[in-house]
Amino acid sequence: MNASVSDYRRQEESITISAVGEQFPDGSHDELLTLNFGPHHPATHGVLRLLVNLQGEVVRSIKPIVGYVHTGIEKTAEDKSYWKVIPVVERMDYLSYYFNAMAFCGAVETLVEVEVPKRAQYLRIIHLELNRIASHLIWLGTSALDLGAVSIFLYCLREREQVLDLFEMSSGQRMHTRYFQVGGVIEDIPKGFEEKVRAFTKIMPGRADEYGAILNANEIVLQRLRGTCPLDAQTLLSLGVSGPLLRAAGNPWDLRKADPYSSYEDFNFKIPVGTVGDNYDRFAVRLAEIYESVKIIDQAIDGLPEGPFITSDRKVALPPRHELATSMEALIHHFKLVTEGFRVPPGEVYYAIESPRGELGCFVRSDGSSKPARVHMRDPSFVNLQALSKMAEGSYIADMIATLAMLDPILGGIDR
Amino acid sequence: MPDATGLQLLAHELRESDAIGSEGVLDTLHFRGRASLTIAPERIRAVLLALRERGYTFLASVHGVDYLPHEPRLGVHYELLDMSRVDRVTVKLRVPTDAPEVDSVTPGGPDGPGWPTADHQEREIYDMFGVVFRGHPDLRRILMPEDYEGHPQRRDFPVGGEPVIFTFNEGERRGAAR
Repeated sequence: MNASVSDYRRQEESITISAVGEQFPDGSHDELLTLNFGPHHPATHGVLRLLVNLQGEVVRSIKPIVGYVHTGIEKTAEDKSYWKVIPVVERMDYLSYYFNAMAFCGAVETLVEVEVPKRAQYLRIIHLELNRIASHLIWLGTSALDLGAVSIFLYCLREREQVLDLFEMSSGQRMHTRYFQVGGVIEDIPKGFEEKVRAFTKIMPGRADEYGAILNANEIVLQRLRGTCPLDAQTLLSLGVSGPLLRAAGNPWDLRKADPYSSYEDFNFKIPVGTVGDNYDRFAVRLAEIYESVKIIDQAIDGLPEGPFITSDRKVALPPRHELATSMEALIHHFKLVTEGFRVPPGEVYYAIESPRGELGCFVRSDGSSKPARVHMRDPSFVNLQALSKMAEGSYIADMIATLAMLDPILGGIDR
Repeated sequence: MPDATGLQLLAHELRESDAIGSEGVLDTLHFRGRASLTIAPERIRAVLLALRERGYTFLASVHGVDYLPHEPRLGVHYELLDMSRVDRVTVKLRVPTDAPEVDSVTPGGPDGPGWPTADHQEREIYDMFGVVFRGHPDLRRILMPEDYEGHPQRRDFPVGGEPVIFTFNEGERRGAAR
């Protein structure tokens, strides 16, 4: 073993927390056990590594170690023209790809000052909310799995399959669909899509009732969730936590209501909030959000306006296929967009939306060329993970597992 | 967002205060309906505290930028949010690459409580851009390996050519030293 490796080993060892004994509130001298939890562990929802110091069964400190799936997406984005960045950013938080694309497109649209047609805004909302349901279903299924409830995982995936079928119908892909484009969406929805969405929104509330019935009547689940690892709204705010975790603590902050984007102000929906911010509230808030998303989808399908599905600005959006055969202008625009991409006026914009996990902000800096000078995602999982140690310290290790599940971290979003 | 006039008033108020001073706020910008203040790096804690008193209590995001080829090259942005008025303001600062040092806003100090949310985000900026946050409780790399050399998100850092590390080549140098 050469010198640089032993340097690395020394650094690895320095991660363990030496001063933890002094942190005991009662000054006791029990032996501490430092447990390495992850990175390959089914309950970490990805490749998350936690260094947990245990006093008996009680968690004394948690140190999250991330970066195992860091793929440098932000760096890659700087090397691609704006419209080619969309598929890369979609792969950050792999359960809420429509949200990543929305945040990025919104930031670029703000920089270019392009108007998104009303129909495109509604189509976006339909897909965003379908995606929110799919993301919450994965969360519910895997979290219940962590608590020992196996069958609900299969039920959740059954409904998620339907959502993915819808995505496949509108864009040809089940995940990472690249459906959102700067200025609108890539294609209008196909014939029969509306009926299939309606069929889904008709069964979904009943299915969500069933999930609630299974879990809320389960004494073990209730004992694992009720009153475990609560955290008050003030602490959550200082830690930058947003989304369902904050709403579970009673703060009704939701960007869809507070600062509407993409025509969310047209829809009638409620924001579910909890009371004490324990694990049960976190579970209940997300389950209730599924019903609200269904309501939004129904209203968007009913009120879907006629009109173009992407901006008619040929400088940013591809011309329709049939124009290429007849119009020289269209051919030139097509060529310029596909080879070079569109140029974006210099400037910096931070554009925030409400993802299933909280505030998803996209920062884009343009230097005037056709490639972004900087793309940064403020990923809610990355920020929310800091709250884990505050939530779980002083509780049992089994409750830490439940808390991690209710935190809903997506490691693809954390590491980017 | 504060409108253009509101931003000027805000900048004026900050310049009037003793902790920041007239040299503390360098510039204001109202762009695409978004307000931002460029400040002197050494005033960051004072500015964030003053803005917290004015309602911008939620620190939504901290992120880094590399302004190559402009000097000073490295930028740190703080996105602040006022939840009761639904108002955002961005605080920006710039530091040169030869002395990339800023006070950390993570820990509390004699001037008031800190912003614990900045902990991981400052570590990410340190990791990706090499900005050193003075007073940060645990300034280590967060996304890149601990023994990585260089700061990959800088604009002059090349893309590609990264060796895949297995056990047999564990000692190989990575990053800028390769």
